[in-house]
Amino acid sequence: MAAVEHSEGAHAPAEAGDGIRRRDFINLAAVSFPAMGVGAVLIPLINNMNPSADVLALSSIDVDLTPIQAGQAIKAEWRKQPMFIRHLTAGEIEAANAVDMGELRDPESLADRTKPEHQQWLITLGVCTHLGCVPLGAAEGENKGEFGGYFCPCHGSHYDTAGRIRKGPAPLNLEVPEYEFMSDTSVRIG
Amino acid sequence: MSFPWAQQYEPKNGFTKWMDSRLPIFRLVHGAVGPGYPVPRNLNYFWNFGVLAGFALMVQIVTGIILAMHYRADGAIAFASVEHIMRNVNEGWFLRYAHANGASFFFIAMYIHIGRNIYYGSYKAPREMVFLLGMVIYLLAMATAFMGYVLPWGQMSFWGAKVITGLIGAIPFVGESIQTWLLGGFAPDTAALNRFFSLHYLLPFVIAGVVILHIWALHIPGSGNPTGVDVKSPQDTVPFHPYYTAKDGFGLGVYLIAFAIMVFFLPNALGHADNYIEANPLSTPAHIVPEWYYYPFYAILRSFTSDFFFIEAKLMGVIAMFSAILVVFLLPWLDNSPVRSANYRPKFRMFFYIWLVDLVVLFYCGGMPAEEPYVMISQIATAYYFSFFLIIIPVLAKIERTTPLPNSITESVLGHDEPVAPVATTKSTSGDPSPQPAV
Repeated sequence: MAAVEHSEGAHAPAEAGDGIRRRDFINLAAVSFPAMGVGAVLIPLINNMNPSADVLALSSIDVDLTPIQAGQAIKAEWRKQPMFIRHLTAGEIEAANAVDMGELRDPESLADRTKPEHQQWLITLGVCTHLGCVPLGAAEGENKGEFGGYFCPCHGSHYDTAGRIRKGPAPLNLEVPEYEFMSDTSVRIG
Repeated sequence: MSFPWAQQYEPKNGFTKWMDSRLPIFRLVHGAVGPGYPVPRNLNYFWNFGVLAGFALMVQIVTGIILAMHYRADGAIAFASVEHIMRNVNEGWFLRYAHANGASFFFIAMYIHIGRNIYYGSYKAPREMVFLLGMVIYLLAMATAFMGYVLPWGQMSFWGAKVITGLIGAIPFVGESIQTWLLGGFAPDTAALNRFFSLHYLLPFVIAGVVILHIWALHIPGSGNPTGVDVKSPQDTVPFHPYYTAKDGFGLGVYLIAFAIMVFFLPNALGHADNYIEANPLSTPAHIVPEWYYYPFYAILRSFTSDFFFIEAKLMGVIAMFSAILVVFLLPWLDNSPVRSANYRPKFRMFFYIWLVDLVVLFYCGGMPAEEPYVMISQIATAYYFSFFLIIIPVLAKIERTTPLPNSITESVLGHDEPVAPVATTKSTSGDPSPQPAV
């Protein structure tokens, strides 16, 4: 950089000592100041493409759980993506807990994937972790796969009653979003 | 630039003389695609496809600008507005079918153009920049076509956008934030549709700009030719106009017949029926595929099924897919063989034809579901694809025994090449293009 060049001339007293000329400083300052301005202008040019306020406003939804009977599931739409809310039966919970963690591709217990006291409510994204298809098994009469949970028809991934990947190409369990119970019958997702 | 015997431009009437000393645009056209551009006399019909690709780009820009007058990029009405174009707008069906099939024809022209380039070694010195700029055009066209396919907001539009932007989500740590940033949301919606429309409208003009650079770079060394032998004397060339304007004109006629057959009789043959179902984020089509021109790369993407050390299979597929295109950019440096044309490289020719078959195999597998045996077939085909560029071409350049080259372009055409009297180029007074050496 120009700032470290040594000047041979000894005309100005300011040049003595560290060898930095006043003009170098002025040059640097004059270039840095607009560079900061350019940097600041880039922020709106880039950040405008992030989700806007109205999109973010839809990023949490409230779901009423009262109509969902044990053994049933519903699809909700959250952030334009399908959401599976499933009321597990006692048998399904038992089946999920009976699995040996060692044989799971993505080891998680049912308790890890549900909230304490509300273990019967399995809330996951309805997006296959392979290539993003929507698995079957939430609606009545759909194929639930070999493990009684969900089945993705695109490339044959089977999920169990805890939404865990058991067979097929998907690498991970169905994603559990952030949510909290507002009451025993109402849940806020997001 | 070009050759010293190129016909000089001389303005003929008052207007062109007046223009020539103010804005010499007629001089520019004369030298670029007119009588002032000497071209090797032995070009075959594979040399038509540059002009055809340029024509296809113009068709896309013209039909696209008109379609944009009727289309509305809003998730709620985009699908309906495309149906509005099809049913209500006068001749809207024709404009849309011409635009949709025009994209396919643009890619057909580009693929043949690139294939011709690789067969005849056109990427070699001194035409590396022509080649690199051409590959940039191809990349830009891929991005433009992808975004264009999202606009009708059908099921394949939506799920294609989701899967392709999901590829970016495979990048470790920052992928998901970048994906959200690109989409302006958590899944494709109006925000994504609108920005895709904006960029889909912009990029063709960027492509047109790079096309100008591409042609400029071409005119420095001049066109290559099927022998790969450099132009040596005036008798090796003919003026672009009228010789190649006529030849390209004929090729354009054949192209337009094929284009018309598709637009009028098979308008949806290259599309996908699912795209006539409106986008539904809650239901996935059974079988998501991109447009046909991405099939080979889609097959490469899906051929990585197991983790590679610490890199996940999904990320590996993404890296491989992009590498499959980027590796082509390296061709001028991978191939050190001094002989350009495959006509004189028997071994290269054989591996080139295997590579073409390999691409057809990848193409076929890319359109098939990701299940056996297609996965295994695409794995083998992917291995050959990369071997061709990274192993076969560099090795052949060192060991291949090539067959003898002709001494000149004229010799390859006539069987002999006699020196002729220098052609009068300095004072061409008539309006006719420079006379042909009568051999």
